[in-house]
Amino acid sequence: MRELCFITVGNAEIHFILLFSRQGKLRLQKWYTTLPDKEKKKIIREIVQIILSRNQKTSSFVDWKDLKLVYKRYASLYFCCAIEDQDNELLTLEVVHRYVELLDRYFGNVCELDIIFNFEKAYFILDEFIIGGEVQETSKKTAVKAIEESDMLQETVEEYMNKPAF
Amino acid sequence: MKECMVRLIYCEMLGYESSFGYIHAIKLAQQGNLLEKRVGYLAVSLFLHENHELLLLLVNTVVKDLQSTNLVEVCMALTVVSQIFPREMIPAVLPLIEDKLQHSKEIIRRKAVQALYKFYLIAPNQVQHIHDKFRKALCDRDAGVMAASLHIYLQMIKENSSGYKDLTGSFVTILKQVVGGKLSADFNYHSVPAPWLQIQLLRILGLLGKDDPRTSEVMYDVLDESLRRAEINHNITYAILFECVQTIYTIYPKSELLEKAAKCIGKFVLSPKINLKYLGLKALTYVIQQDPNLALQHQMTIIECLDHPDPIIKRETLELLYRITNGQNVIVIVQKMLDYLKESKDEYAIINLVGKIAELAEKYAPNNEWFIQTMNAVFSVGGDVVHSDIPNNFLRLLAEGFDDGEEDLQLRVYAVQSYLALLEEEDKLYPQKFLQVMSWVLGEYFSLVTDVDPEVILTKLHSLLKKTFVTSETKAWIMAAVTKIASHTSCSKTVDELIQELSSSLDTCLRQYAFELKHLCEDKALMKSLFPFDASCTDLVVDASLSFLDGFVAEGLGHGAAPYKPHHQRQEEKLSQEKALNFEPYGLSFASSVSSGVTGRQSPTGLSFGSDTSGNSAETGHKETNTLKLEGVRKLWGKEGYLPKKENKTGKGNEPQAVPCGSLLAGQVGEPPALQPDQGASLSEEDKEKQQLASTLFVGLGSSAGVSLMGKADTATQKFKRKSKINETQHLSEEASDLQNSAASDFGPLLDTVPINTEDSEGSMHVRLRKASPCSSDNVEDNLAFETPQSLRKSMLDDRLSSNRLSQSSLFADSNIEIFQPSPSAQCESASETPLVPSLPEELEELPHSEVVGLCQSDALALHLCKVWTDDSLLLIVFVSNKTTSALCAVNLVFEETEHFQILESTTSQFPVIEAQSVEHCQKGMRMNKVCTQAILSGSVGYQSEMETRLEFSVTLSLMDFIRPMEMTTEDFGKLWLSLSNDVKQNIKMSSCQDSFSAALDTLQRKLKLHRVDIIGNEGILACQLLPSVPCLLHCRTHSGMLALWFRSPCAALPDGLLYQCQKVMEES
Repeated sequence: MRELCFITVGNAEIHFILLFSRQGKLRLQKWYTTLPDKEKKKIIREIVQIILSRNQKTSSFVDWKDLKLVYKRYASLYFCCAIEDQDNELLTLEVVHRYVELLDRYFGNVCELDIIFNFEKAYFILDEFIIGGEVQETSKKTAVKAIEESDMLQETVEEYMNKPAF
Repeated sequence: MKECMVRLIYCEMLGYESSFGYIHAIKLAQQGNLLEKRVGYLAVSLFLHENHELLLLLVNTVVKDLQSTNLVEVCMALTVVSQIFPREMIPAVLPLIEDKLQHSKEIIRRKAVQALYKFYLIAPNQVQHIHDKFRKALCDRDAGVMAASLHIYLQMIKENSSGYKDLTGSFVTILKQVVGGKLSADFNYHSVPAPWLQIQLLRILGLLGKDDPRTSEVMYDVLDESLRRAEINHNITYAILFECVQTIYTIYPKSELLEKAAKCIGKFVLSPKINLKYLGLKALTYVIQQDPNLALQHQMTIIECLDHPDPIIKRETLELLYRITNGQNVIVIVQKMLDYLKESKDEYAIINLVGKIAELAEKYAPNNEWFIQTMNAVFSVGGDVVHSDIPNNFLRLLAEGFDDGEEDLQLRVYAVQSYLALLEEEDKLYPQKFLQVMSWVLGEYFSLVTDVDPEVILTKLHSLLKKTFVTSETKAWIMAAVTKIASHTSCSKTVDELIQELSSSLDTCLRQYAFELKHLCEDKALMKSLFPFDASCTDLVVDASLSFLDGFVAEGLGHGAAPYKPHHQRQEEKLSQEKALNFEPYGLSFASSVSSGVTGRQSPTGLSFGSDTSGNSAETGHKETNTLKLEGVRKLWGKEGYLPKKENKTGKGNEPQAVPCGSLLAGQVGEPPALQPDQGASLSEEDKEKQQLASTLFVGLGSSAGVSLMGKADTATQKFKRKSKINETQHLSEEASDLQNSAASDFGPLLDTVPINTEDSEGSMHVRLRKASPCSSDNVEDNLAFETPQSLRKSMLDDRLSSNRLSQSSLFADSNIEIFQPSPSAQCESASETPLVPSLPEELEELPHSEVVGLCQSDALALHLCKVWTDDSLLLIVFVSNKTTSALCAVNLVFEETEHFQILESTTSQFPVIEAQSVEHCQKGMRMNKVCTQAILSGSVGYQSEMETRLEFSVTLSLMDFIRPMEMTTEDFGKLWLSLSNDVKQNIKMSSCQDSFSAALDTLQRKLKLHRVDIIGNEGILACQLLPSVPCLLHCRTHSGMLALWFRSPCAALPDGLLYQCQKVMEES
């Protein structure tokens, strides 16, 4: 009865991550499973609806199809991960928290606007932290440092390129 | 461009079509400066997926960036590789990434490991040769690199835990260091040291220690430590605790740890935080089968959770209850599930739950009324989303009945009555599947209910037929029921009416049924014989060749009718007729050949067999008897295939023997759960209600626990047994009861002294056994090398029963039984001391051959094996030595068929007699059918002593066993090379000692049995063949310390396999 065929490569811990605002606007999406675009859109709509309609007192976990959604709200943003049934929900909750911490450290008191305007940076940080659905870097300092380093290098290269050549 | 790309990503996220820009993302990654490159890579990883065709264009960029001296570029390339990379291009970057494992920067090393992890996931074969590099990564001085390698290990251990037992010690040490805070503070998360790393390690340990007392022994300490250290009140510590508890309950149990873990679960369950409560329930569900007492401790919380507003908690609670269901509490639990079901809207949840209810109802139904009512609820609530297994199983259950005829009768009567009552309500809508079930039951068993006039039933069915919501499939079911009822009543007004109405129906199917019914009504005697009462289970023999029509056909032919031509032949004729110019008007002959087609008998399949939608009216006359006959057949063929009947009886045969066991034990049953006495007085009304609920829910948990260690008490009380569908499961369940029987007899005497607190339900036991079946062969193999047949049986038993962990441990703890763990080393020694070491016969001694190695042995027999590599096949010489002092009779050696190998001649060998202390041998020629680098051939040897004894063994055969040099000239090579299409290229590094090209070639030639065709400068060509005669050509060339290998072969898998061997050989030397 599985209408969704998750063509999982290996068994990623996290199937996808979605960030959306309280108004239901998607802010960031990252998929660790291969799905057709149409399917993705359907899933996003469905999930946003499910989560926005939950009241604050309920738990942070929702059953959804054969997966579990783990979500948490930070200010006006919802962070939502889809994991498999046998995975550790609390841990996923902390993955989300860790990601927010990383963002916070990078942007310095992160807010929704930061993510809207610098969402490619948010992706870079996410890629540094989670790869293929598995948490990779457990050291906060290293992760941010890696991003900053490459940022800096890039700036300098850019400056270099822009220097007028006499 | 960079800005555009960022905006494109944003557009894509908002849901707009942006596929036109994908190619630009790839270009940007390729051509841009660093900053642009990064955005380009990001866009690629977001836009494309694994199998996207554009991804191939990225490969070159990645290769370039990997070789770059700029660290950031390398980093980016590695990041993208570990996210998406086309599988077929892995060889292009693999050597580069391997190099990066030695990079001085830890971040590069870490990312290289991640990339390899990705490769392992998508193409495990390609990274086979670098397993030892993973080990190096595990020992890396940087914790990040080590953590990354754990992902690979977790994955590999999941697939094959036995291969990595030796690493247990290392994992334990790492965990100890992490828990002890030896890592740098960078890795702390809320002052917990590297939690993700810890959890990763705990999972690995759980997998390693599963069912393995010796490995588990090593990890007890560190688990205890982890439990102790995780005391800060924060989510992350709870996450670690949860993982700890799972690991503790997964590995071979230790009572102290279990106690502590149970306490932990208690903390979770009692927590006011909803997230923790949920996790507690999840943990409880996980451990409940091993320790039902925990459920008793928390019964009040569980009851509260049942009414929790959050659906996920409710559902988890139901899952928990589902696991503790037994004959005594089934009514309450199923009621709770039905309540939830009625509120639930999520289709997925409904399907899941309906299946569970049906399973519980079948297994534990206390009486007929309840069973039928529950199934009615299942069908009406579940609607048409229920799995088709459920109605099919239900009907089969009704039709086949149980051991007790009286019971069957009552059940059927009750079913009929309840359906009549349900149909009484005029305007109610029932799901189609429910209606189908109803009509079948009514049609089949209406006559059991004596106080209802069949006429009434007919009227009801008739009115159903008129309803618009009934689909035509259901109408077909109803018509079948009407036909059956009509056959047992004299004449009926309703039937006549119905025939009248439907004869002009637009639905051809219904019209057909009506005609059939009409004709049958004219001949009551025929009808009676066609529909014998309650014959749904008897096998019908269908004369597929329609031989009864022979006379008719002969007569037809005699009268000058054209013989029947099958459809395709007619088509061909028609075509050929059309091709040639046909000046005559289309004549009679063609038409007659079509009309007479029906009468022929060559093609019985031309008549559609009993399908609901048949309806070529020209065929009706002959088809009538055919469809009618098949009414009965349909019941034998369920939707999922043939529903066997006879085999089930043997299955039942096993059950009764065990009953005495259960009843013997019933005396020592633990006490049923007592309510807390001190609460009694001050209880509010609500609390009392809850307590009552608790007592009904958890009744029989403690008690059944005592008995069900044997898994038998439940069987005895279990009402409806699911009947096995196929032989395989049948066999398994027999085995299961067998095992349980022997378990009962083995453990029996101990029970007096042992406190037993295991819950087990027959069902779960079965389920587990079925699950266990695919892996059981592994167990067997593991054990076989050193165990006698007698102990083998027990060790299998041990393995299987290990799910009943707790019971076992308490057994062991109290009585120190050691027989289940025969020390393997001791046995191995005795194996090597065997005096009978066979040697090869002289004629084979000359051929290249391997050493003679022991395969397996028992008290009486020893098996040795020697591989002989002849020119045209691999010969396996198996020596069977008789170790006893008497002759062994009827020794039978059987190899199992595998997809990889083909055994020439037969797969079995027989030795009528093997004299005392003597050795016999047999030889088998082998060929490889499906190319693989290595595969296992297993087999068994059986002999007759006092009882039939079997001994299993397995042999690992490698691709190299089947590779022979192929002699050819350079010209031949050139010709063949051009004609072959599958090629594989790879560069491998040459080690220092083989730096000269010819030395490397020598190595390949010697170790891989390749034939050296020619050497021209720094290029060499070699050839070999896979037996019997699949050639594989190799062209190699050196440049700057690398050896470029280029394989070609008509067989696609062969070059891959050979490449792997080459890599291995080159690394070894």
